[in-house]
Parts: sequence; C-alpha cells; structure tokens
Amino acid sequence: MIETQALTKQLGGRTVVSDVSFRCEPGTITGFLGPNGAGKTTTMRMLVGLSEPDAGEARILGGRYRDLPNPGRRVGVLLDASAQHAGRRGREALAVSAHTMGVPGRRVDELLELVGLDEAAARRRVGQYSLGMRQRLGFAHALLGDPEVLILDEPANGLDPEGMRWMRGLLRTFADRGGTVLLSSHLLAEVEAVADRMMIIGGGRIRAQGTRDELLTGSGTIVEADDLAALDAALHRAGLELHPADGERRLVEAEPDVVARAAMTGGVVLRRLAPADGAGLERLFFELTTTDPTHPELAGAPA
Amino acid sequence: MSTLTAPISIDVSRVHARPGLGRLVAVELRKMVDTRAGFWLQVATVVLTVVAVTVSAFVGDAADHTFAAMLDAGVKPAAVLLPVAGILLVTSEWSQRTGMITFALVPMRSRVLGAKLVASLILSMAMLAMAVSVVAAGALIASHGVDGTWIDAAPLIGQTAVYLGGGMLTGVAFGAVLLASAPAIVTLFALPIAWTGIATLSVFADAAPWLDTRLSLGPMPQEVMDATQWAHAGTSLVIWMLLPLLLGTWRITRREIAG
Repeated sequence: MIETQALTKQLGGRTVVSDVSFRCEPGTITGFLGPNGAGKTTTMRMLVGLSEPDAGEARILGGRYRDLPNPGRRVGVLLDASAQHAGRRGREALAVSAHTMGVPGRRVDELLELVGLDEAAARRRVGQYSLGMRQRLGFAHALLGDPEVLILDEPANGLDPEGMRWMRGLLRTFADRGGTVLLSSHLLAEVEAVADRMMIIGGGRIRAQGTRDELLTGSGTIVEADDLAALDAALHRAGLELHPADGERRLVEAEPDVVARAAMTGGVVLRRLAPADGAGLERLFFELTTTDPTHPELAGAPA
Repeated sequence: MSTLTAPISIDVSRVHARPGLGRLVAVELRKMVDTRAGFWLQVATVVLTVVAVTVSAFVGDAADHTFAAMLDAGVKPAAVLLPVAGILLVTSEWSQRTGMITFALVPMRSRVLGAKLVASLILSMAMLAMAVSVVAAGALIASHGVDGTWIDAAPLIGQTAVYLGGGMLTGVAFGAVLLASAPAIVTLFALPIAWTGIATLSVFADAAPWLDTRLSLGPMPQEVMDATQWAHAGTSLVIWMLLPLLLGTWRITRREIAG
C-alpha cells in the first residue's frame, strides 16, 4: 500500500511536484505516466525518503518509509538502474545490499538466475553492463529483500520486447500474490499493457487518474468513410466535435452509436466505426501532458 | 529470463529488525575493498609500505635503522592513501550514485555516516598493524644487535595510531563536505600546502604550529610528543577534522539524494 497526500516539492526555485495525491492498493499495478521532467522521479524519491517534501506526506505500508526498521525487506526500489558503482561486479553489487538488509547470500544467486544474468555476467563489473543488463540487475536488486511493495522508475527502459514481456509477467505474478506495484514510464504503451490503474502527471500535477476503462470512457470514436467531405458535413450538422486522425479518418468526440446516427441522417456510407480506445488514451496522454499554459517551461523539460 | 516461477512470496506478518551498527560497519568495510579502485588502493598502500621500509633499510648505517628512525617512512604511504580511501568511501555514494541504494536501505543517514567513520577507524588500525609489522621486520633485519633499536617504540605506535586514524577521518570529513571525489582529494592535499605558504607570513608565525597540520601532526610518527605538541595536534584536529565532519554530517543528512 502506497498513499500520498498533497505531495509538493520545489527544486531550484520551481515547483517540480505540486499537490500530488494518490493511493496504490495491494494486489494492483499502478502505472505512473508522464513525459520526462513531469515529476515522476521526484515523486518516487519522496516516497522512499531520498527527498524531503516541502508539503504533504507519503506513507508506505501505513507509515513513513523512513520509520520502516529494515525498508529493503518490505519495499523493493528501482529508481535508476545506472546508479551502481561501475567498478563493482554485478554479483557483489547485489551481495552488498543483501548484506545490509540481512538477506542470505543464496538469494543473490536465485535472483541473478531469475533475471537471466548468467555466471559470466555476474562476474563482470557493472561499468561494462549494457543498459538492458543494468535494468535486469536493478530488478534483481528490487526483489532481493522479498518485498511487499515495488517502486520502479522507468523499469522498461533498455529492455527488449522479450524482456518487456517477461517484466510484465513478473509484475502480474507479484501483484496477484498481494503485492503493490507502482511503475513509471514516459511511454503509454509500456504501462497500458500491464497496469490496472493509471495516473497521468504533467507539469508536476496529476492530470488524470483511474482505471484503464475510466480513463478511456468518452475518449471518442474512430470513423472512416469514402466521402470524407460528406462525413464532415454530417458530423458538423449533428454538432459533434471532430479531429483529423491518421489516414482518411476522423476522431469524433462521441460514442459510436451517436456517430452512426449522424452519418445515417447525412446519408454517408461508413467504412469503419470503432471506439477510439488506445488511440484516444494516447491523445488524452498527449494533451494532458504537453500543454500546460500556467507552466509552459515544465512541459518536456529534461528529468 | 523466461523463468516465471519467481521466488516471490509475500508474508506480511514478518517482523524485520533494523540492521545493527555492526552489520553496517561490516558493509562499509566491504565497500572499501570490493571495487576495482578500492581494492588496488589498499594493495598499493601495502606495496608502497614495503618499498618505503626496504629503501630506508638500505640507506645509511645500522644505527639509522632503528624502529623509530624507519617508522616515519614506513607509515607515509598509509598516511597519504588512507585519507583518499576515506574520501572515496563517502564521495562514491554521490559520484557513483550508490547513495540512492544505500540511503534507501538505511534511511537514517547519520547511521550510515557513523558506520563509515567506525569502518574507517578499523581500516586505519589494520593499516597501522601492517605498517608497524613491516617496519619492525625491517628494523629486525637492518638494525640487528644495535643498541636502542626498539627505543620509544610503544609511544610512537600509539601516536601513529592517532596520526593515521585522524588522517583518515579527516578524509571522510572532507568527502562529506564536498561530496565529490576530485575536489575533496585536491582540497585535502592542496589546502595544507597553501596554508603553509600563508603561515610563513610573520603575522601568522605564532598561530602556525596550532593550525598547520604538517607542523602539528607531522611529529607523531617521529618523536615522543610533549604536552604543548599534543595541544597543537588537538587544536588542528578540531579545525581540520571535527569541524568539517560536523559540517559534512549536516550536509549529508539534509541533502537531496538525486540521480
């Protein structure tokens, strides 16, 4: 269980995280979506006590993270897979943390095997690792203490499609056994495929949050017709908002049945009529995160 | 990567004890030798000690090869390299960004710093034992049968313990203040030289022995110090070790741990 109340943080004179409140329940995977620099990493750092909020509070497993006696055994954290000593061998990097949290050494080998780092890779120094290997090592590190909560910042970064599928399976299993997962990404597709709930953050504020279905409701209909001009005219007459979409299509801000009725009234033959689904969520994500009239400088700023 | 039989089990009823200081100290000692840089730094200290003692054993007469005469040369490598190990012990948490892991596992940062200080003292005492053994072996061979080979050995070893321990803690303190390896190392070695330059001005002539660590701490492995010398040493350790340590602790416990 992760809970935040109006988390707010200023860094270098600008508000990086503003009034962020959310809740991640056990047994669920929550996707934390937003462009780079939106405040995802800062929020996650505040969750685990690496950064002190200016206002608001974060609670994990019912209390403050820093009050957990041995946090590594309850909360698995992957904030930056590259944050490892370049001169330390892969196995040793895990062993140091296992030593700190009092986890038996054989757990290190179990996890190296689980994430697919073989003996040769485990013996290499982390400085020689590819991004994908670091990400796997970071996963092993997060799971080392057999935690109940996972907090993962951009975990899919650097993973190949097979690795991504593997990660999704792992997170699903973890959540199905009662674990709580919060993972961030700047790519909608990565989160959409695995998250039960999603939060979209832009310019330091939560722009939308809910289940996948809740976020999709009312996101529109994709419609395709041979005579696009006639379609546009019919939709205008019905008073519907429409946007050009990929190819010879229109994205209409209405449910499919409303669009179909408008087309019939206008005598337009439709070739395709479908709920916008992912495309709509993508537009929502794009719109919610890229335009921020009050803080235009925050959009798209580097993390 | 295909294994989905993940060894994940969730048992909320577990009670996990806070990692004890002993364990944190052991982890910090481990971190000083388990990286490439850390490992070779310790190897270099031992090798240079052997070289320094061997060279001083061959220069001069047997009378110049007493324990006391060779101790100064024998502890020089440790005196220079231990502070560097102390600096890296702190700054690598920032430069290598392992602080994100260390301080997530042990959120009370002062405990981590305390463990680093204790680990530093343990390593300096291990290096003291190493240097004293090498010097003793050198004295045994090169100064065999000479009167006074072992004169003042015990008090000099005691003073050298303070010399090496204080030096390494000063390194930790400089690392904690600057949180970056290169500036800390440069400052630690350049500042005393710059200070010696300033201290030659007649205005500072009276203050110099109290503040210049080369004057105040330098005699420790060389001669049995009197009360005034101890007062000089204590004063300069407060200024160069204790104050930076307090400042560094304040900085580390408050600073954002960023990537």
